Amino acid sequence: MNSISTAVHTISQAFPEGATAAEAKGIAAATNAGLAYGLAAIGPAIGIGYLVGQSVQAMARQPEAAGQVQTTMFLGIAFTEALALIGFVVFILLKFV
Amino acid sequence: MLGLQALSDSLAVLAAEGEGGGVHFPPIDHIVKWPAAFGDGQFWAFNKIGLISLIAMVVPAIFFFLAGNKAKLIPGKLQNVAESAIDFVEQQIVLPAIGPDGMRYLPMLTAMMFFIWVGNMFEVIPTAHMPANARMAGPAMLALLALVMFVGVGLKHNGLHYLKEALFPPGVPVALYIIVTPIEILSTFLIRPFSLAVRLFANMLAGHILLVTFSVLTITLTNTLSPLIVAAALSFPMLVAFTAFEFMVAFLQAFIFALLTAVYIGSALHPSH
Repeated sequence: MNSISTAVHTISQAFPEGATAAEAKGIAAATNAGLAYGLAAIGPAIGIGYLVGQSVQAMARQPEAAGQVQTTMFLGIAFTEALALIGFVVFILLKFV
Repeated sequence: MLGLQALSDSLAVLAAEGEGGGVHFPPIDHIVKWPAAFGDGQFWAFNKIGLISLIAMVVPAIFFFLAGNKAKLIPGKLQNVAESAIDFVEQQIVLPAIGPDGMRYLPMLTAMMFFIWVGNMFEVIPTAHMPANARMAGPAMLALLALVMFVGVGLKHNGLHYLKEALFPPGVPVALYIIVTPIEILSTFLIRPFSLAVRLFANMLAGHILLVTFSVLTITLTNTLSPLIVAAALSFPMLVAFTAFEFMVAFLQAFIFALLTAVYIGSALHPSH
Protein backbone atom coordinates (compact mmCIF):
# COMPACT_ATOMS: atom_id res chain seq x y z
CA MET A 1 0.00 0.00 0.00
CA ASN A 2 2.80 2.35 0.93
CA SER A 3 4.70 1.57 -2.26
CA ILE A 4 1.59 2.38 -4.33
CA SER A 5 1.15 5.77 -2.71
CA THR A 6 4.86 6.44 -3.13
CA ALA A 7 4.56 5.54 -6.80
CA VAL A 8 1.55 7.82 -7.23
CA HIS A 9 3.45 10.61 -5.52
CA THR A 10 6.50 10.05 -7.71
CA ILE A 11 4.41 10.05 -10.90
CA SER A 12 2.47 13.15 -9.97
CA GLN A 13 5.67 14.94 -8.94
CA ALA A 14 7.47 14.13 -12.20
CA PHE A 15 6.66 17.37 -13.99
CA PRO A 16 8.86 18.70 -16.74
CA GLU A 17 11.12 21.56 -15.77
CA GLY A 18 9.58 24.99 -16.15
CA ALA A 19 5.95 23.83 -16.12
CA THR A 20 3.54 26.48 -14.94
CA ALA A 21 1.16 25.79 -12.07
CA ALA A 22 -1.80 25.27 -14.44
CA GLU A 23 0.19 22.84 -16.58
CA ALA A 24 1.35 20.98 -13.50
CA LYS A 25 -2.26 20.72 -12.32
CA GLY A 26 -3.33 19.42 -15.73
CA ILE A 27 -0.58 16.81 -15.75
CA ALA A 28 -1.44 15.68 -12.23
CA ALA A 29 -5.16 15.52 -13.13
CA ALA A 30 -4.54 13.48 -16.26
CA THR A 31 -2.16 11.07 -14.51
CA ASN A 32 -4.37 10.50 -11.52
CA ALA A 33 -7.51 10.25 -13.64
CA GLY A 34 -5.94 7.46 -15.69
CA LEU A 35 -4.73 5.77 -12.53
CA ALA A 36 -8.15 6.05 -10.89
CA TYR A 37 -9.98 4.49 -13.82
CA GLY A 38 -7.35 1.79 -14.26
CA LEU A 39 -7.56 0.75 -10.62
CA ALA A 40 -11.36 0.89 -10.65
CA ALA A 41 -11.53 -1.40 -13.68
CA ILE A 42 -9.46 -4.26 -12.19
CA GLY A 43 -12.03 -5.64 -9.75
CA PRO A 44 -15.11 -5.47 -11.99
CA ALA A 45 -13.09 -6.98 -14.85
CA ILE A 46 -12.24 -10.03 -12.75
CA GLY A 47 -15.79 -10.14 -11.40
CA ILE A 48 -17.53 -10.00 -14.79
CA GLY A 49 -15.13 -12.54 -16.26
CA TYR A 50 -15.82 -14.98 -13.43
CA LEU A 51 -19.57 -14.28 -13.51
CA VAL A 52 -20.00 -14.80 -17.26
CA GLY A 53 -17.72 -17.85 -17.20
CA GLN A 54 -19.81 -19.49 -14.52
CA SER A 55 -23.02 -18.55 -16.35
CA VAL A 56 -21.77 -20.12 -19.58
CA GLN A 57 -20.91 -23.25 -17.65
CA ALA A 58 -24.37 -23.32 -16.08
CA MET A 59 -26.02 -22.82 -19.48
CA ALA A 60 -23.89 -25.56 -21.04
CA ARG A 61 -24.77 -27.99 -18.28
CA GLN A 62 -28.46 -27.13 -18.25
CA PRO A 63 -29.54 -25.61 -21.58
CA GLU A 64 -33.22 -25.65 -20.55
CA ALA A 65 -32.44 -23.15 -17.76
CA ALA A 66 -30.55 -20.84 -20.15
CA GLY A 67 -33.17 -18.08 -20.11
CA GLN A 68 -33.27 -17.83 -16.35
CA VAL A 69 -29.47 -17.97 -16.07
CA GLN A 70 -29.15 -15.24 -18.69
CA THR A 71 -31.50 -12.87 -16.85
CA THR A 72 -29.65 -13.45 -13.59
CA MET A 73 -26.34 -13.00 -15.41
CA PHE A 74 -27.38 -9.57 -16.72
CA LEU A 75 -28.48 -8.59 -13.21
CA GLY A 76 -25.12 -9.65 -11.81
CA ILE A 77 -23.24 -7.83 -14.55
CA ALA A 78 -25.24 -4.68 -13.84
CA PHE A 79 -24.30 -4.80 -10.17
CA THR A 80 -20.66 -5.67 -10.83
CA GLU A 81 -19.96 -3.08 -13.48
CA ALA A 82 -21.45 -0.29 -11.35
CA LEU A 83 -18.09 0.07 -9.59
CA ALA A 84 -16.20 0.39 -12.86
CA LEU A 85 -18.71 2.99 -14.04
CA ILE A 86 -18.29 5.00 -10.86
CA GLY A 87 -14.55 4.84 -11.57
CA PHE A 88 -15.26 6.19 -15.05
CA VAL A 89 -17.29 9.04 -13.58
CA VAL A 90 -14.39 9.83 -11.24
CA PHE A 91 -12.13 9.86 -14.30
CA ILE A 92 -14.40 12.38 -16.02
CA LEU A 93 -14.58 14.51 -12.87
CA LEU A 94 -10.80 14.52 -12.38
CA LYS A 95 -9.93 15.06 -16.02
CA PHE A 96 -12.50 17.54 -17.22
CA VAL A 97 -14.07 19.32 -14.26
CA MET B 1 10.04 -3.55 -37.74
CA LEU B 2 10.58 -1.09 -40.57
CA GLY B 3 6.89 -0.25 -40.57
CA LEU B 4 6.95 0.38 -36.83
CA GLN B 5 9.95 2.66 -37.27
CA ALA B 6 8.15 4.64 -39.98
CA LEU B 7 5.07 4.81 -37.79
CA SER B 8 6.93 6.18 -34.80
CA ASP B 9 8.78 8.64 -37.05
CA SER B 10 5.56 10.03 -38.46
CA LEU B 11 4.05 10.07 -34.96
CA ALA B 12 6.98 12.23 -33.89
CA VAL B 13 6.42 14.48 -36.93
CA LEU B 14 2.72 14.73 -36.09
CA ALA B 15 3.53 15.60 -32.48
CA ALA B 16 6.16 18.15 -33.54
CA GLU B 17 3.67 19.99 -35.74
CA GLY B 18 2.02 21.07 -32.54
CA GLU B 19 -0.86 23.48 -32.99
CA GLY B 20 -0.81 23.15 -36.77
CA GLY B 21 -1.48 19.42 -36.90
CA GLY B 22 -2.01 16.53 -34.56
CA VAL B 23 -5.19 15.18 -33.10
CA HIS B 24 -7.56 17.85 -31.89
CA PHE B 25 -9.81 16.13 -29.43
CA PRO B 26 -12.75 18.38 -28.63
CA PRO B 27 -13.13 19.40 -24.97
CA ILE B 28 -15.85 17.53 -23.12
CA ASP B 29 -18.13 20.58 -23.17
CA HIS B 30 -18.27 20.50 -26.96
CA ILE B 31 -19.50 16.93 -27.16
CA VAL B 32 -22.16 16.86 -24.43
CA LYS B 33 -23.28 20.46 -23.94
CA TRP B 34 -25.74 21.82 -26.46
CA PRO B 35 -26.76 25.46 -26.79
CA ALA B 36 -30.39 26.13 -25.98
CA ALA B 37 -32.70 26.72 -28.92
CA PHE B 38 -34.74 29.10 -26.77
CA GLY B 39 -35.05 30.07 -23.14
CA ASP B 40 -31.30 30.05 -22.51
CA GLY B 41 -30.53 30.05 -18.79
CA GLN B 42 -34.17 29.60 -17.81
CA PHE B 43 -35.63 26.45 -16.33
CA TRP B 44 -37.65 25.94 -19.53
CA ALA B 45 -34.57 26.09 -21.74
CA PHE B 46 -34.95 23.69 -24.64
CA ASN B 47 -31.98 22.14 -26.42
CA LYS B 48 -31.09 19.02 -28.39
CA ILE B 49 -31.37 16.79 -25.32
CA GLY B 50 -34.88 18.08 -24.67
CA LEU B 51 -35.84 17.48 -28.30
CA ILE B 52 -34.47 13.91 -28.22
CA SER B 53 -36.24 13.19 -24.93
CA LEU B 54 -39.47 14.53 -26.44
CA ILE B 55 -39.07 12.26 -29.48
CA ALA B 56 -38.24 9.33 -27.18
CA MET B 57 -41.48 9.99 -25.33
CA VAL B 58 -43.71 10.54 -28.38
CA VAL B 59 -42.48 7.80 -30.73
CA PRO B 60 -43.19 4.76 -28.49
CA ALA B 61 -46.48 6.34 -27.41
CA ILE B 62 -47.65 6.75 -31.01
CA PHE B 63 -46.35 3.29 -31.89
CA PHE B 64 -48.21 1.52 -29.09
CA PHE B 65 -51.31 3.67 -29.64
CA LEU B 66 -51.47 2.78 -33.34
CA ALA B 67 -50.80 -0.88 -32.57
CA GLY B 68 -53.31 -1.15 -29.76
CA ASN B 69 -55.97 1.24 -31.02
CA LYS B 70 -57.65 -1.28 -33.30
CA ALA B 71 -56.46 -4.50 -31.68
CA LYS B 72 -57.71 -7.54 -33.54
CA LEU B 73 -57.82 -11.21 -32.62
CA ILE B 74 -55.61 -11.98 -35.60
CA PRO B 75 -52.87 -9.35 -35.24
CA GLY B 76 -51.63 -7.31 -38.16
CA LYS B 77 -47.97 -6.46 -38.73
CA LEU B 78 -47.81 -3.51 -36.34
CA GLN B 79 -49.81 -5.26 -33.64
CA ASN B 80 -47.55 -8.30 -33.97
CA VAL B 81 -44.43 -6.22 -33.29
CA ALA B 82 -46.05 -4.45 -30.34
CA GLU B 83 -47.29 -7.71 -28.88
CA SER B 84 -43.88 -9.35 -29.09
CA ALA B 85 -42.34 -6.27 -27.44
CA ILE B 86 -44.79 -6.47 -24.55
CA ASP B 87 -44.37 -10.23 -24.40
CA PHE B 88 -40.61 -9.69 -24.07
CA VAL B 89 -41.10 -7.34 -21.12
CA GLU B 90 -43.51 -9.83 -19.56
CA GLN B 91 -41.34 -12.91 -20.00
CA GLN B 92 -37.91 -11.38 -19.39
CA ILE B 93 -38.60 -8.67 -16.81
CA VAL B 94 -41.91 -8.90 -14.97
CA LEU B 95 -42.32 -12.65 -14.41
CA PRO B 96 -38.73 -13.48 -13.31
CA ALA B 97 -38.26 -10.33 -11.21
CA ILE B 98 -41.66 -9.76 -9.58
CA GLY B 99 -43.89 -12.74 -10.33
CA PRO B 100 -47.46 -13.08 -11.62
CA ASP B 101 -48.77 -10.36 -9.29
CA GLY B 102 -46.38 -7.87 -10.90
CA MET B 103 -48.38 -7.71 -14.12
CA ARG B 104 -49.96 -4.43 -13.03
CA TYR B 105 -46.52 -2.79 -13.26
CA LEU B 106 -46.06 -3.99 -16.85
CA PRO B 107 -47.28 -0.74 -18.49
CA MET B 108 -44.91 1.36 -16.40
CA LEU B 109 -41.91 -0.90 -17.02
CA THR B 110 -42.66 -1.08 -20.76
CA ALA B 111 -42.96 2.69 -21.01
CA MET B 112 -39.74 3.13 -19.02
CA MET B 113 -37.79 0.67 -21.15
CA PHE B 114 -38.94 2.10 -24.48
CA PHE B 115 -38.38 5.69 -23.41
CA ILE B 116 -34.81 4.87 -22.39
CA TRP B 117 -34.18 2.72 -25.45
CA VAL B 118 -35.33 5.28 -28.01
CA GLY B 119 -33.39 8.00 -26.15
CA ASN B 120 -30.29 5.82 -26.22
CA MET B 121 -30.68 4.92 -29.89
CA PHE B 122 -30.04 8.53 -30.86
CA GLU B 123 -26.42 7.80 -30.01
CA VAL B 124 -26.07 5.91 -33.31
CA ILE B 125 -28.74 7.62 -35.42
CA PRO B 126 -26.97 9.83 -37.97
CA THR B 127 -27.42 13.62 -37.72
CA ALA B 128 -28.37 13.23 -34.04
CA HIS B 129 -25.41 11.28 -32.60
CA MET B 130 -26.20 12.18 -29.02
CA PRO B 131 -27.76 9.82 -26.49
CA ALA B 132 -30.34 11.68 -24.41
CA ASN B 133 -29.19 9.77 -21.33
CA ALA B 134 -25.58 10.94 -21.56
CA ARG B 135 -26.64 13.92 -19.44
CA MET B 136 -27.22 13.15 -15.78
CA ALA B 137 -30.62 14.88 -15.48
CA GLY B 138 -32.62 12.29 -17.42
CA PRO B 139 -31.26 9.17 -15.68
CA ALA B 140 -31.46 10.93 -12.29
CA MET B 141 -35.15 11.70 -12.79
CA LEU B 142 -35.84 8.14 -13.95
CA ALA B 143 -34.01 6.75 -10.93
CA LEU B 144 -36.00 9.03 -8.62
CA LEU B 145 -39.14 7.70 -10.28
CA ALA B 146 -37.97 4.16 -9.59
CA LEU B 147 -37.20 5.07 -5.95
CA VAL B 148 -40.63 6.62 -5.42
CA MET B 149 -42.19 3.64 -7.16
CA PHE B 150 -40.61 0.89 -5.07
CA VAL B 151 -40.92 2.70 -1.76
CA GLY B 152 -44.54 3.51 -2.60
CA VAL B 153 -45.28 -0.09 -3.56
CA GLY B 154 -43.69 -1.33 -0.34
CA LEU B 155 -45.63 1.10 1.84
CA LYS B 156 -48.89 0.47 0.00
CA HIS B 157 -48.78 -3.32 0.11
CA ASN B 158 -46.93 -3.99 3.35
CA GLY B 159 -47.45 -0.79 5.32
CA LEU B 160 -44.92 0.02 8.01
CA HIS B 161 -43.94 -3.64 8.00
CA TYR B 162 -42.03 -2.80 4.77
CA LEU B 163 -39.91 -0.19 6.55
CA LYS B 164 -39.29 -2.58 9.43
CA GLU B 165 -38.15 -5.33 7.04
CA ALA B 166 -36.00 -2.90 5.06
CA LEU B 167 -34.32 -1.26 8.05
CA PHE B 168 -34.19 -4.17 10.50
CA PRO B 169 -33.71 -7.34 8.43
CA PRO B 170 -34.88 -10.38 10.39
CA GLY B 171 -32.43 -12.99 11.62
CA VAL B 172 -29.73 -10.52 12.70
CA PRO B 173 -28.57 -10.37 16.34
CA VAL B 174 -29.99 -7.27 18.03
CA ALA B 175 -26.60 -5.74 18.84
CA LEU B 176 -25.61 -5.85 15.19
CA TYR B 177 -28.47 -3.51 14.19
CA ILE B 178 -26.16 -0.62 15.14
CA ILE B 179 -24.11 -1.52 12.06
CA VAL B 180 -26.73 -3.16 9.85
CA THR B 181 -29.43 -0.47 9.94
CA PRO B 182 -27.27 2.43 8.66
CA ILE B 183 -25.90 0.17 5.94
CA GLU B 184 -29.41 -0.86 4.94
CA ILE B 185 -30.62 2.76 4.87
CA LEU B 186 -27.67 3.69 2.67
CA SER B 187 -27.94 0.74 0.32
CA THR B 188 -31.71 0.76 -0.12
CA PHE B 189 -32.63 4.41 -0.27
CA LEU B 190 -29.42 6.03 -1.49
CA ILE B 191 -27.17 3.63 -3.35
CA ARG B 192 -29.99 1.91 -5.27
CA PRO B 193 -31.24 5.02 -7.12
CA PHE B 194 -27.72 6.44 -7.37
CA SER B 195 -26.30 3.33 -9.00
CA LEU B 196 -29.35 3.05 -11.28
CA ALA B 197 -28.77 6.58 -12.54
CA VAL B 198 -24.98 6.35 -12.76
CA ARG B 199 -25.10 3.00 -14.59
CA LEU B 200 -27.24 4.39 -17.40
CA PHE B 201 -25.52 7.77 -17.52
CA ALA B 202 -21.93 6.48 -17.47
CA ASN B 203 -22.59 3.75 -20.02
CA MET B 204 -24.10 6.17 -22.51
CA LEU B 205 -21.47 8.87 -21.88
CA ALA B 206 -18.66 6.32 -22.25
CA GLY B 207 -20.14 5.05 -25.51
CA HIS B 208 -20.54 8.59 -26.81
CA ILE B 209 -16.95 9.51 -25.95
CA LEU B 210 -15.74 6.27 -27.52
CA LEU B 211 -17.50 7.04 -30.80
CA VAL B 212 -16.26 10.65 -30.75
CA THR B 213 -12.70 9.45 -30.13
CA PHE B 214 -12.66 7.07 -33.07
CA SER B 215 -14.45 9.58 -35.34
CA VAL B 216 -11.90 12.28 -34.54
CA LEU B 217 -9.06 9.80 -34.99
CA THR B 218 -10.37 8.60 -38.35
CA ILE B 219 -10.95 12.13 -39.66
CA THR B 220 -7.51 13.29 -38.51
CA LEU B 221 -5.77 10.25 -39.96
CA THR B 222 -7.48 10.46 -43.35
CA ASN B 223 -6.67 14.17 -43.58
CA THR B 224 -3.01 13.71 -42.77
CA LEU B 225 -0.46 13.40 -45.57
CA SER B 226 2.04 11.36 -43.57
CA PRO B 227 2.38 7.55 -43.85
CA LEU B 228 0.16 7.42 -40.77
CA ILE B 229 -2.78 7.42 -43.19
CA VAL B 230 -2.57 3.61 -43.24
CA ALA B 231 -3.61 3.63 -39.56
CA ALA B 232 -7.00 4.96 -40.68
CA ALA B 233 -7.56 1.47 -42.07
CA LEU B 234 -7.48 0.32 -38.45
CA SER B 235 -9.42 3.12 -36.79
CA PHE B 236 -12.32 3.21 -39.25
CA PRO B 237 -13.30 -0.47 -38.79
CA MET B 238 -13.05 0.14 -35.05
CA LEU B 239 -15.53 3.00 -35.43
CA VAL B 240 -17.93 0.73 -37.33
CA ALA B 241 -17.51 -2.07 -34.79
CA PHE B 242 -18.12 0.24 -31.83
CA THR B 243 -21.21 1.66 -33.54
CA ALA B 244 -22.57 -1.88 -33.76
CA PHE B 245 -21.56 -2.44 -30.14
CA GLU B 246 -23.42 0.70 -29.08
CA PHE B 247 -26.59 -0.60 -30.76
CA MET B 248 -26.37 -3.49 -28.30
CA VAL B 249 -25.45 -1.30 -25.31
CA ALA B 250 -28.36 1.07 -25.99
CA PHE B 251 -30.81 -1.80 -25.76
CA LEU B 252 -29.03 -3.59 -22.91
CA GLN B 253 -28.99 -0.50 -20.68
CA ALA B 254 -32.71 0.12 -21.24
CA PHE B 255 -33.38 -3.54 -20.46
CA ILE B 256 -31.23 -3.53 -17.33
CA PHE B 257 -32.79 -0.30 -16.06
CA ALA B 258 -36.29 -1.77 -16.37
CA LEU B 259 -35.13 -5.13 -14.97
CA LEU B 260 -33.53 -3.56 -11.89
CA THR B 261 -36.60 -1.39 -11.29
CA ALA B 262 -38.67 -4.55 -11.45
CA VAL B 263 -36.32 -6.32 -9.04
CA TYR B 264 -36.60 -3.44 -6.56
CA ILE B 265 -40.39 -3.38 -6.89
CA GLY B 266 -40.41 -7.15 -6.41
CA SER B 267 -38.32 -6.91 -3.25
CA ALA B 268 -40.70 -4.26 -1.89
CA LEU B 269 -43.73 -6.35 -2.79
CA HIS B 270 -42.40 -9.56 -1.24
CA PRO B 271 -39.99 -8.36 1.46
CA SER B 272 -39.43 -11.78 2.98
CA HIS B 273 -37.63 -13.08 -0.13
